[in-house]
Amino acid sequence: MSAQADAVPAANVWRPSQARRRWSGWLFYGLAVVSTLMGLVMLGALLFDIFTDGVREVDWHFLSNYPSRIADNAGLRSALLGSLWMLAFTAIIAFPLGVGAAIYLEEYAPDNWLTRFIQLNIANLAGVPSIVYGLLGLGLFVRWLELGRVVLAGSMTMALLILPLIIVASREAIRAVPDSLREGSYALGATRWQMVRQTVLPSAAGGILTGTILALARAIGETAPLITIGALTYVAFDPNGPLDIFTVLPIQIFNWVSLPQKEFHSLAAGGIVVLLVVLLTANSLAVYLRYRMQRRLQ
Amino acid sequence: MINLRIDAQPADAVATPSENGQTDAILMTRSLNFWYGSAYVLENVNCDVRPREVTAIIGPSGCGKSTFLRCFNRMNELIPTARLEGSVVFRNRDIYDRAVDPVEVRRQVGMVFQKPNPFPKSIYENVAYGPRVNGYKGDMDEIVETSLKRAALWDEVKDDLKKSGLALSGGQQQRLCIARALAVQPDVLLMDEPCSALDPIATTRIEDLIRELREQLTIIIVTHNMQQAARISDRTAFFTVAESGAGVLVEVNDTQKLFTTPTDPRTEAYITGRFG
Repeated sequence: MSAQADAVPAANVWRPSQARRRWSGWLFYGLAVVSTLMGLVMLGALLFDIFTDGVREVDWHFLSNYPSRIADNAGLRSALLGSLWMLAFTAIIAFPLGVGAAIYLEEYAPDNWLTRFIQLNIANLAGVPSIVYGLLGLGLFVRWLELGRVVLAGSMTMALLILPLIIVASREAIRAVPDSLREGSYALGATRWQMVRQTVLPSAAGGILTGTILALARAIGETAPLITIGALTYVAFDPNGPLDIFTVLPIQIFNWVSLPQKEFHSLAAGGIVVLLVVLLTANSLAVYLRYRMQRRLQ
Repeated sequence: MINLRIDAQPADAVATPSENGQTDAILMTRSLNFWYGSAYVLENVNCDVRPREVTAIIGPSGCGKSTFLRCFNRMNELIPTARLEGSVVFRNRDIYDRAVDPVEVRRQVGMVFQKPNPFPKSIYENVAYGPRVNGYKGDMDEIVETSLKRAALWDEVKDDLKKSGLALSGGQQQRLCIARALAVQPDVLLMDEPCSALDPIATTRIEDLIRELREQLTIIIVTHNMQQAARISDRTAFFTVAESGAGVLVEVNDTQKLFTTPTDPRTEAYITGRFG
C-alpha cells in the first residue's frame, strides 16, 4: 500500500489552499467584531448624549415635583409613580396568567391541532404592534368596562401586551426541565400537579422570573398603547391606587420633547435617565435571579 | 459457565412461565400486547414474577425490555401514543383496571432509572420527596435515615444531608435514587439498567445492595449484562425480537437453569454469544 502511495508523483498530490481559507476566516472574524461594535458604539453614544444632557436635571426636586408649564419647577413625580403603579398591577395580572398558560400548554394540553393552533397564535400575538393593544384596551377596558383612563385600564392593556412574552419565556423554561425529573417524580407516586409544583416549577423558576422581568421592562418603556387609552394627560397629583387617572414616564418624556422650549428638552433627557435607571435595575434583577436560581440547582 | 451446551428442550415453556403451576406470583402479565403508535413493541407476554426474588430481564437491544418493565408501574402511559392490551396483575388486581389510580400503583411499585436522576434539591429533600407527596405525616428525619441506610448511602452523606443531590458521584446519585424509591416503602422495585452509567466499583456496590434488598422486596431488573443477571438474580426472563418486529418473552426460568440448560434454542444462541 505504502509503496503505491509513494509512487504517486508529487504534482498529483491534492494540496488544499490554506492561505485563502485562513484569509476568509479572518475576514468573517472582522465582520463579526464590527457588527458587535456597531451595537455597542450606538448604545454608548446614546447613553453619553443623554447623560450629558440629562444627568444634571436629575435631583430630588426633579423626582418630587409635579409637571409644570415652567421648566424650572417641573418634575416627573406623578409620571414615576404612575409607571410604578402600572407596573405593579401589570405584574399582578400578567404573571399568574402567563405562567398558568405556559404550564397548561407544556404540562397538561394534549398534543393536538388545537394546542398547536393556540401555540402558533401566541407566537403571533407577540408580534402584534403595541398600538393595536392600545386600541383593544381603549375599547375593552376604558369604554366597555367603563374603567376610564385609570391605572387599572393601563395595567390590563399592558398585561395583554406582555402576556405572549411571558408565556413564550415560561414555556421555554418549563421545556428545559429534563423529562427524567418528571419521570422520577411520577415514579414516587406524585400526581401531575405535585410533579409540576414540586419538580418542574422550582427548576424552571429562574427562567420564568427572568422572562417575566424582561417582559415587564418592556411594559415600562411602552408608550403608544397608553397614549391610545388616554394616559396622555397633565397629572398634577399622586396616583394612589388602581382607579386613579395617571400618566407614565415615557409619555411625560414625549410630552416634554414635543414642547418648543429648550429647557424642556433637557428635562426630557433627565426623564430618560430615570427611565433607563428603572429599566437597568429591572434587568439586573433578572440577571441576578437567574444566577441565583442556577446556583441553587447545582 | 454460560457456555454449556445442552440439547434444546421442547419450547412449550414459553406460555407457561411457572412450570410447576405455582400461583404465588406477586406480579403477572397475561396476554400483554403493547404498541407505541403503530409500532408493535410487545407481543403476547405472559410472565410471572415471584415475591422477594430478583427477576432479571435480558435480551438484545430493541426487544422491549424497558417497555415491559414500565408496564408494571404504568409509566408507559405518560407517552401519548402508548397502547396496551391484556392485563398486568399485581396482588390479584389488574392495575390497568379503570378503577385503579396509577398514582397508587406507582407508590407500591417503585422505579430506578438508567441514568441517575436525583432532583435538584438537597439529599434530604430528595429522600423526603416521596413520603411528602404521599402525605406522610410521621417522623421525616427517621424515614430519611432509614432509607439512606437501606440504600447503603447513609455513612457517606450523613454529615451533609443539606448538600445538593447533584453534587454526589454517579454511583452515589444512583444509590440516592434507590433510597428515594425505598422511602415510600414499595413492595416492588423496578430497575432499568441501573448500572449502565456507572463504573465497575459503583456497579459492584449497587449489585451488593440489590442482593441485600431482596430480603425485603421484589426486584425486577433490566440489564444488558448477562454476567450481572447471573450474579444477582434468582430468575431470569429472556426476551427477543419476533418476526412481527415486536418483543416476545422466549422463556423465564431459574437463573441457574436458564444459563445452564436453556429450553429454547434462541436463548441458548443468545447466552452463548452467537446472537445479539
